[in-house]
Amino acid sequence: MELFTDLSWLNDWPKWLDIPLMKWINDGFKVFNEEYGIYFEIVNNFLLGAILSLKKFLIMMPWPLVIALVVAIVFFSSGRKLGTTVFVGICTFFIGFLHPKFWDKAIETTSIMIIGILICIIIGIPLGITMSRSNRVRNAILPVLDLMQTIPSFCYLIPGIMLFGLGAVPAIIATVIYAVPPLVRLTDLGITLVDTEVIEAAEAFGASKKQKLLGVQLPLALPNIMQGINQCTMMALAMVVIASMIGTRGLGDEVLLGLQQLNVGKATEAGLAIVLLAIVLDRITQAYGKKIQDRNSPPK
Amino acid sequence: MSKIEVNNIYKIFGPKPEQVLPMVKDGASKDQVLEETGHTVGLDNVSLSIEEGEIFVCMGLSGSGKSTLIRHINRLIDPTSGEVIVNNVDVCSLDEKEILDFRKKTMSMVFQRFGLFPHKTIIENVAYGLEIQEVPEDQRIEIAQGQINAVGLEGFEHQYPAQLSGGMQQRVGLARALATDPQILLMDEAFSALDPLIRSDMQNQLVDLQAKLKKTIVFITHDLDESLKLGDHIGILNGGRLVQVGRPEDIILNPADDYVKAFVKDVNRSKVLRAKTVMTKLDKFDKSSINPSSTYKYDENTYIEDLLPKVLKDRSTIEVINNKGTTTGFITSDELSLALTKTK
Repeated sequence: MELFTDLSWLNDWPKWLDIPLMKWINDGFKVFNEEYGIYFEIVNNFLLGAILSLKKFLIMMPWPLVIALVVAIVFFSSGRKLGTTVFVGICTFFIGFLHPKFWDKAIETTSIMIIGILICIIIGIPLGITMSRSNRVRNAILPVLDLMQTIPSFCYLIPGIMLFGLGAVPAIIATVIYAVPPLVRLTDLGITLVDTEVIEAAEAFGASKKQKLLGVQLPLALPNIMQGINQCTMMALAMVVIASMIGTRGLGDEVLLGLQQLNVGKATEAGLAIVLLAIVLDRITQAYGKKIQDRNSPPK
Repeated sequence: MSKIEVNNIYKIFGPKPEQVLPMVKDGASKDQVLEETGHTVGLDNVSLSIEEGEIFVCMGLSGSGKSTLIRHINRLIDPTSGEVIVNNVDVCSLDEKEILDFRKKTMSMVFQRFGLFPHKTIIENVAYGLEIQEVPEDQRIEIAQGQINAVGLEGFEHQYPAQLSGGMQQRVGLARALATDPQILLMDEAFSALDPLIRSDMQNQLVDLQAKLKKTIVFITHDLDESLKLGDHIGILNGGRLVQVGRPEDIILNPADDYVKAFVKDVNRSKVLRAKTVMTKLDKFDKSSINPSSTYKYDENTYIEDLLPKVLKDRSTIEVINNKGTTTGFITSDELSLALTKTK
């Protein structure tokens, strides 16, 4: 009754009109962490082991050999395009050339990304295939993907830290959540866009679902899927840089350091190294997708 | 029993076809159903039987349901109601595994826009049906090579479909369909995307192949000339209903309704009608009027196009004989003028 006599609560939002979502989530998270902490421990150790061994292996290799390896990968995945190969080779060289310290840092960043992208592929492609097969699944997953892409990327880091502690693993988890949506979408799109007559042709010859998927749908969706992996890679790189704030080591922490010391030169140098790394990764993933596309529709 | 029997097929597209079915069965028209329920009637009580070894042409304008009909035969589309019987087996009763087996062994399909696999070479495309059947690789390459030679595409085996012209691509489609040696060939507007000269070429190639292979062919087209040229029997669809089935001559001479009449009105009859259809039978012909010196013998299956100059220019009489050489009837300018102008 008081509400109708004293109308002052209409001016400012009243304190009591508040859903305690923050408290619920925090309490729930605490219980969740206590109950299932052991599983996160296992995942944590496994991922950490994977990253460390990959990193060690790459750092142990002499740097000219790594450059040669990158150049070889680009050469064959681009269908022996000389221009792209030389360009990527120079970019790779310049990462270390900018600052000797950057070479190992770039390898650390790349290791985290490679593991993150592998997880994205393992999750994203099957999910995209499932979506393309059923409208109901698609309608259920699309809003989740929208959510994953609109929540600011910092927000993924906090639960990551609470579950996995500081370092590389929460960065990977955040990377996967942030980078997997484009891969899922483009896999779904790629399969949906395959010419219906071609699908009908496979069906008319009695192809089973599996034969149709592996023999026709996936190969024809591959340019789109590669585009998805490319997008995934770029977003993963962006995320790994942000993740330096929670103590993930790599090129990102050089930028952060430059920022903290107001050292413009340092930040610029590190920023350039990230751009170079992005170019290298982008060319490798782009080149492969383009090669497939050229074969499916060669210029007349 | 016919090779393929289609019995009272109804196909309704939309969210709840079963609920709309009684309304369609009561004779509601396509437009009426669409307006009242939002459902599209694909096929409305279609029944036909197709004999072994014949080319059955299914003709209609776009939206008449002909592509829907052909997809019922290999069950790429399930009917809302009715049955499709192929080799005495109800196709709709097969489970998932049986239907795959049935498609592998019994029939193959040729598509309007070819439906070739862009990521496979020509020989891999032709061998696709065999690959699905898990035929060993060397064997399927051998069979595929034979089919490629048969359609005259030697030398293109290792090219990709996009590198070939439309006519060549469709020959690949045909070779691919024949590679599995199916009993039944389904051709969905197979030649419609080709330009006229190549189309006519492909039609002749199909007729030649059919003379050797004697497959049962179901051919879909919107082109009357094509259906008259290829079809042993023709079925005409309009708005999902089958309005007439018959031999080409029947369709030309006795169109069932205005729709068919409109279709056949511009047809060059002299290229469709045969001597035996237009002749006056032996017992009804007054032989006293003919002049033996200007009488020519022609086989009863000759198209009247070939008789026109003889009859009209030289005023001759045509004596029609069957394959045993026996006279079965006569044709004079009277019969011809009747045949070429007759409209009921």
